[in-house]
Amino acid sequence: MLDDFFVRALVAGVGVALVASPLGCFIVWRRLAYFGDTLSHAALFGVALALLLESNITITVFGVSVFIAVALMFLQKRATLSADSLLGLLAHSALALGLVALAFMTWVRVDLMGFLFGDVLSASVNDITVIYVGGAFVISVMVFIWRPLFAATVNRELAEAEGVNPDRDDVVFMLLMAGVIAMAMKIVGVLLITALLIIPAAAARRFATGPEQMAVLAALIGSASVFAGLFGSLEWDTPSGPSIVVAALLFFIISISPLAALVTRNRPGPIVDGG
Amino acid sequence: MLENSGSLTRLRNAGINRGGRWLIRGVDMDVERGQIVTLIGPNGSGKSTTAKMALGLVAPDEGNVNLRDRLCVGYVPQKVSVDWTLPLTVSRFMALTGRIPRRQIDEALAVTGVSHLRNAEVRTLSGGEFQRAMLARAIARKPDLLVLDEPVQGVDFNGEILIYELIKSIRDDLRCGVLLISHDLHVVMAATDQVVCLNGHVCCSGPPVDVASSDAYRELFGTRATPTLAVYEHTHDHAHLPDGRVRHADGTITDHCHPDDSHHHAPEISEKTGAADVG
Ligand SMILES: Nc1ncnc2c1ncn2[C@@H]1O[C@H](COP(=O)(O)OP(=O)(O)O)[C@@H](O)[C@H]1O
Ligand SMILES: [Mg+2]
Ligand SMILES: [Zn+2]
Ligand SMILES: [Zn+2]
Repeated sequence: MLDDFFVRALVAGVGVALVASPLGCFIVWRRLAYFGDTLSHAALFGVALALLLESNITITVFGVSVFIAVALMFLQKRATLSADSLLGLLAHSALALGLVALAFMTWVRVDLMGFLFGDVLSASVNDITVIYVGGAFVISVMVFIWRPLFAATVNRELAEAEGVNPDRDDVVFMLLMAGVIAMAMKIVGVLLITALLIIPAAAARRFATGPEQMAVLAALIGSASVFAGLFGSLEWDTPSGPSIVVAALLFFIISISPLAALVTRNRPGPIVDGG
Repeated sequence: MLENSGSLTRLRNAGINRGGRWLIRGVDMDVERGQIVTLIGPNGSGKSTTAKMALGLVAPDEGNVNLRDRLCVGYVPQKVSVDWTLPLTVSRFMALTGRIPRRQIDEALAVTGVSHLRNAEVRTLSGGEFQRAMLARAIARKPDLLVLDEPVQGVDFNGEILIYELIKSIRDDLRCGVLLISHDLHVVMAATDQVVCLNGHVCCSGPPVDVASSDAYRELFGTRATPTLAVYEHTHDHAHLPDGRVRHADGTITDHCHPDDSHHHAPEISEKTGAADVG
């Protein structure tokens, strides 16, 4: 029999994987990996703030992520530094700031490893509720903005000319990302959130022929990674968050291996009728 | 007012300034329902910028642009590159900015001659094939305003004639306005109502010359192309020098050529100009 805590870990982990994958696809398509890193690393700063104010950690992390996301969008619009270097700089500064802030708070005992790498095995029923209620909301909004957001990803001006409002959708997407980071932090930790967002999506790319398919495949691969990672961590007594990421990485490696080429080659391709 | 005038998009003395430089200035242009307006001019003359202004994608830094509300727009940008990370087939591309009935998609793919590529990944298409797919996507929407930025790039001569015939028949079917950008300075679609010649400003504008009756042109274009293509004869009161300066009709030379310098109010001298004058 599986222990209760292990079942809760599976349920929580799969919930996060399901919510993360459609967002992860956009992070891959829009090359927002550094952006995701910056937001998730800044989450540690949110943790420090929550401990200082004795406020709800999830909500505080969400607030800090939103603030950082807005600040980043603003900076990107006017900064002379390339977006890439700017984010690279901020991603790691945010992490360092969070660590320093936590170190200053000598009066609280913090499970730093838990925040950095996640502690899915301690997921409570309350955590699961937050993940599934929040996740259902995130997915509903994603469904709503999916087509225009994808259109603006393919070509922003084309989408805008044809009635899409890319600026509005960008803001909505940032808010969703901040929400997912706040929800996922406890499960995989701030260092590994981006990995859980990106790796399943990247692994799904090879097999997908459309954006919707890619999101569904990424969700499946993400869930499978959670299962494989957690059972692996049980078997070999490895840390749970990193194990999930390692499992996802294995799926990615399989997807780029010659083995996967066999599958994709058999897929119906363009029919050339010489018209 | 705009409703009555029939203009889908209207530019008045519109200009875009970036970093202190006017990319384009003083554009007056109307695209009305059922009308085809062709923008021509050398590379970098501000054609794409003008089209983006007409579409409301960039706000004018001077003058004004009126784009009618709630227009259904079909836009084919000059350059669309689809990243390899994006899984996108032609049929999904067709529904990029909105759901479209399957029958409309089929029709659009058929008239542009890319039905057989329906399941192909967009990034595997050749330049000409992708251009047709983009045109198919834009017309499948049954737009009120169709904006085509160099739609025949990468398409061979026969394909070009076909696409021009297609644009005309779409205009006739949908009664939509068409803003067409062409790289050719002298040969335009015969169905064009108004040619606007740009080079940082409007150099000249007017309808193209009907060439169907001219034996010389028939020889040049071939009998098939003659009813489709027309010649545009420029009437410039100034010339753009290779260094970017402008020589006016009165012989003076200025750094720029803008509506607010007095030269443009000099009496117009009509002359048939060659490529060198335009470029
Ligand atoms: N956002 C921008 N900022 C600065 N310069 C620009 C911008 N967009 C276009 N340009 C410049 O404006 C000029 C006109 O460009 P464009 O409208 O694309 O010309 P065309 O379509 O006629 O080839 C070019 O010199 C181009 O380099
Ligand atoms: Mg152009
Ligand atoms: Zn001129
Ligand atoms: Zn001219």
